[in-house]
Amino acid sequence: MRSASRPGVQWGNWAFGAALVLLMVFTLFPFYWAFVASLTSDAALFRDPSLWPQHLIFDHYRALFTERDFITPIRNSLIVAGTTTIFCLIVGTLAAYALARIEFRGKAAIMGFILAVTMFPQISIVSPLYLLLRSLHLIDTYPGLIMPYMTFAMPLTVWVLTGSIRQIPKDLEEAAHVDGATRIQSFTRILLPLAVPSLATTGILTFIYCWNEFLFALSFTLGPERQTVPVAIALFRGQYQVPWGEILAAAVVATAPVAAMVLVFQRRIVQGLTAGAVKG
Amino acid sequence: MRKVSRLGHEARLGWSLVAPALSVIALIAIFPLGWTFWESLHLHELRMPWLGKPFVGLANYIEIAKDPRFWAALGHTAFFTVVSISLELMIGLFLALAMNRVFRGRGFVRAAVLVPWAIPTVVAALLWRFIFESQGGIANALLVKAGFLQEPMVWFIQTSTAWVPVILADVWKTTPFVALLLLAGLQNIDLTLYEAAAVDGANAWWQLRHITLPLLKPAILVTLIFRTLDGFRVFDLIYVLTGGGPGTSTEPVALYTFNALLQNLRFGYGSALSVVIFAITFGLALFYVRGLGVRLGGDES
Repeated sequence: MRSASRPGVQWGNWAFGAALVLLMVFTLFPFYWAFVASLTSDAALFRDPSLWPQHLIFDHYRALFTERDFITPIRNSLIVAGTTTIFCLIVGTLAAYALARIEFRGKAAIMGFILAVTMFPQISIVSPLYLLLRSLHLIDTYPGLIMPYMTFAMPLTVWVLTGSIRQIPKDLEEAAHVDGATRIQSFTRILLPLAVPSLATTGILTFIYCWNEFLFALSFTLGPERQTVPVAIALFRGQYQVPWGEILAAAVVATAPVAAMVLVFQRRIVQGLTAGAVKG
Repeated sequence: MRKVSRLGHEARLGWSLVAPALSVIALIAIFPLGWTFWESLHLHELRMPWLGKPFVGLANYIEIAKDPRFWAALGHTAFFTVVSISLELMIGLFLALAMNRVFRGRGFVRAAVLVPWAIPTVVAALLWRFIFESQGGIANALLVKAGFLQEPMVWFIQTSTAWVPVILADVWKTTPFVALLLLAGLQNIDLTLYEAAAVDGANAWWQLRHITLPLLKPAILVTLIFRTLDGFRVFDLIYVLTGGGPGTSTEPVALYTFNALLQNLRFGYGSALSVVIFAITFGLALFYVRGLGVRLGGDES
């Protein structure tokens, strides 16, 4: 209802609707097409393509999990993204609590610093990280990915979580404070339970960023045993030609969980993304 | 006196809670940055270990200044950034204005546009490469059927046409993010302004130009910062879509640097390239914050 009467910008409803439909087709078509193609035989892929599927086959999905062992990159991605997310949430919650609730000198500088780190280009630290991981014999290992992932995941987690905790009303904590609760009590007993949704949102965002990361995973792995999903898909090779059917089946498999998460948590994700980013 | 000591205690608590996160960031992000710079002052070819690692001063930077492939890569990066961000801002603004209204299926639209944002860039790039791949691909089929093309073409063989799927894929993937940031800005605008304008008989176009856009300026600038910096580090998308080709004619700076480091194992030179990219990004951010006076939220001042 809120914006039903919003007198903002009133285009002709017809043009508005048409533009929106066009935009939706543009957004959804690549998914539709990949899905159709993942069920089409390689021989038929580029021969007079039809928008409607003809013969559906499941060979590509079968090949993905039998011949290609696509389970391994999925497991690698889950381990790397999961560990990074959990570690960042634990360390990040402490920092975010301080930044959202405690007044101390240097806070604004810390926030500025964290924001600056989220923006700096990953490529600028590939060379030292590679040399460092090589000398520690961590190339092509899980820690060798989790550690570099912290570089972007930690600032992201702290930033989003701080913005999100700031939006939780302070009343309860202040009341508890008046009643003589210590900082630690008001943090663990009052704020933490209220912050569970914030933690979930931030966790989802951090996980998605780690799941999607490509440059570090490409630079710091050597072979299929430790490759993550994006690297495995990008480096799919066939014997004679590009195995498009399998690539697109893999794309569908890699997209489905993320798409499901987005559909379920869309409201929270939007809040998390924009919390703190734009303030009038 | 008690108040002062309490504040001192608070400050200590604040810093000690922030310390673990800050030290992780310092250790794995800031320290390597210094290392990159140190590395860039050396000749360090992992392929030729017998050369050792002699200090060469600014020689790598001088080589960059004379390296046509670097300047070309910088040009490609700037071109990609400007074109894709312009499109994303225009479409994103439309989408934000749309999502700010109430209509049937609004929830669906919001969910649908979020999906491209959330999937791996590599996957997005592959979807678009498949659409434009081969003369028998769907893009060619549809364009010929619609009469835009006489006959199917090979998109990835020419620089000018190779950019088309690259830009389209970026617009497709990133516009949702732009729209969300702008939408957050739109929702901060005071509705009474529109009501007052409507009473005065201002039409929709006037309202857009004189109320919405000026008040949306902070959100637009924040979006611009995020997207410009993103554009300058573009890697995944082009690695998958064109591999920088044909030749090196769509190669961005991040891909050139990656090749120098991990293909040619030139760590001194590659590190110098990394430092240059960092400096450019830093300069751009500084320009936005200082020059255009963008205020990034969150510091509660």
